[in-house]
Amino acid sequence: MAIAGFSAGAPKGGSRGNSKGATKSALKGDRKGAWIAGILLAPGLIYLALFFLTPLIQLVVTALESPDPSYAIGAYVYDLNFYNFVDVATKYSLQIIRSFGYALLATIFALLISYPLAYFVGVKVRRWPLLQRMTLVLVIAPFFISFLLRTVAWKQLLAVGSPLLDVMQNIGLVPHGGYFIGTPAAVVFGLTYNFIPFMTLPLYTTLERLDGRLLEAGSDLYASPFKVFTKVTLPLSMPGVVSGTLLTFIPIAGDYVNASRDFLGSSDTSMIGNMVDQDFLSNQNYPFASALSVLLMATILILVSLYVRRAGTEELL
Amino acid sequence: MERRHQWRGIALASSVAASSSGAALELKNIRKEFPGFTAIEDLDLKINAGEFFALLGPSGCGKTTTLRIVAGLETPTSGRVFLGGEDITDTKPHQRAVNTVFQSYALFPHMTVLDNVAFGLRQRKIDEPLKKAQDALALVELGHLADRRPQQLSGGQQQRVALARAIVNRPSLLLLDEPLGALDLKLRRQMQIELKAIQIEVGLTFLHVTHDQEEAMDMADTVAVMNKGRIEQMGAPEALYDRPKTAFVSKFLGQSNLFVGDVVESNSNAVSINLNGNKITVPVARAEKTSGKIAIGVRPEKAQFHESAPAAEAGINILGPGEIIDIRFTGVSNQYLIDIPNIGEVTVFAQNVGKSPVVELGAKVWVSFKVEHAFGLADLPVGTEED
Repeated sequence: MAIAGFSAGAPKGGSRGNSKGATKSALKGDRKGAWIAGILLAPGLIYLALFFLTPLIQLVVTALESPDPSYAIGAYVYDLNFYNFVDVATKYSLQIIRSFGYALLATIFALLISYPLAYFVGVKVRRWPLLQRMTLVLVIAPFFISFLLRTVAWKQLLAVGSPLLDVMQNIGLVPHGGYFIGTPAAVVFGLTYNFIPFMTLPLYTTLERLDGRLLEAGSDLYASPFKVFTKVTLPLSMPGVVSGTLLTFIPIAGDYVNASRDFLGSSDTSMIGNMVDQDFLSNQNYPFASALSVLLMATILILVSLYVRRAGTEELL
Repeated sequence: MERRHQWRGIALASSVAASSSGAALELKNIRKEFPGFTAIEDLDLKINAGEFFALLGPSGCGKTTTLRIVAGLETPTSGRVFLGGEDITDTKPHQRAVNTVFQSYALFPHMTVLDNVAFGLRQRKIDEPLKKAQDALALVELGHLADRRPQQLSGGQQQRVALARAIVNRPSLLLLDEPLGALDLKLRRQMQIELKAIQIEVGLTFLHVTHDQEEAMDMADTVAVMNKGRIEQMGAPEALYDRPKTAFVSKFLGQSNLFVGDVVESNSNAVSINLNGNKITVPVARAEKTSGKIAIGVRPEKAQFHESAPAAEAGINILGPGEIIDIRFTGVSNQYLIDIPNIGEVTVFAQNVGKSPVVELGAKVWVSFKVEHAFGLADLPVGTEED
């Protein structure tokens, strides 16, 4: 949207003088502005065309392909086989539901953990800027270690025989002799853990700008601390809540690392990403992998637009 | 004005049916320390029910901290707060029958003007919050903007919304934290008149914090002048202006000429100081201190100047001769700055009635003022230490 508006607006802008000279120079200025805008936009537009638009078209085209009449493995022909979508939707219905279910749970957990954290960093320690910066660094610090490495580390930490699992068994979170890795709980745990910073940072930026005087006005107007939170703080931090949930929900729904057998999941926890991975790399069923990807994108797009409209923060789109 | 008043009466009759009147506020030995400094030294204050009380002082004098302590937004280090005779020191802001009009207005940006005004009523589960909020908006003449967002209003309109949001709750005490500070002069005058009218009509107790001495004198029944965490003097505006008791009050509330000297004559009626050969007398009844080194002051508009030496007369202080070193035309009056050898600079205001003596810069003049207009201070101006 922003890019389209900019490229369309730039050549049109500028004033129209009355005298011939003024018109000429204005046109010249216009043309120059358009040139500069064009040059500045070119790398971004070329990049988007090459690495976003082309693969997207390729993906949709592949999603509509039919098997080659020879039935050779991995051989497909161009077609308009819309049944691919119906086939993947039925074949992978469990994984689709599981993906959005896990994503919803992990997003809610991330929000419940991040909101108090962001409130603490953004509001409570505001008076001590050094402490604020240090706590913020602590939130971002895990980013310095690779996502895969951290997830593998959790696998080791929670593996059978680990002290942590013993503790979980002793307090009744996991039955004695049971395991944690490979369960849906482990996958949701990993997803929540890995995406918390994406929730915390947008929340922090809105809460950091929260005007404390409005909270004082709320309590001056007979609102208890709880009411001040629900009537003033929460509505004012909605932009952060919406962008935080989008930034976590969308990548979580497409994640295939946490749920995979190599990390925290098992064959019982497979998500859409794992099926795409399997169809594309193992089964060489490119149309199914593509159709499933397109289905995932479309579903996310619909869910997100419904959500954003509901939250009343359309300006974020 | 006439029509508006009638209309306001109607609005009030419907919204104030169950109006509670204002309550008295009492602060006892309030002290507030922040890390590194003391905002309030030791403050005692009593405001009667229904009174318009102004707390006047320069920025950083502790007046806003005092207001925040009354609102419950700060906790005093020591001392107690009583509202209507009840100790409210340990209650939370939302438990106090006190509302504040904040300096920044602090209107909720995510609500309409009407929802802002209804906020307090809804929190207390009062019946018909929207109708009462609409009436309160009519009172401040913003009924037609109820559906707007605060950020769509001008500063003056936002100020009036903040006022409506506070008074709609009929608090026992309304706190005003320099609410007129951000308005231009004309709008400020208009709002001052409106505020005063509303206060009289609704009968609430108002505590108004301001650094604008004209505003304080104009609106308040009682003014307390605050400086460096203490109340220097408290009283009716006329009394404060006529007889300031400290050098700070004499300079902060209006202007003053101050003369410092040792007491040379003192009887039951009057005290005189010797100021490098000039004798200046003040009535004992108007002097805070009658021995040692004291400061005597006079307001510039109570002094006159003469182009020839006036005859010595009982009851008149005469200074001079001196030289006019600056003349300023301010519209209603001319302000003359006269340098008198051995005394210093004296300011004289002369009403611009068209017959004031025509004097030029550099003219040689004498200054006189009535003894009964002089006032003796309890302290000395900064820079004239005791010796």
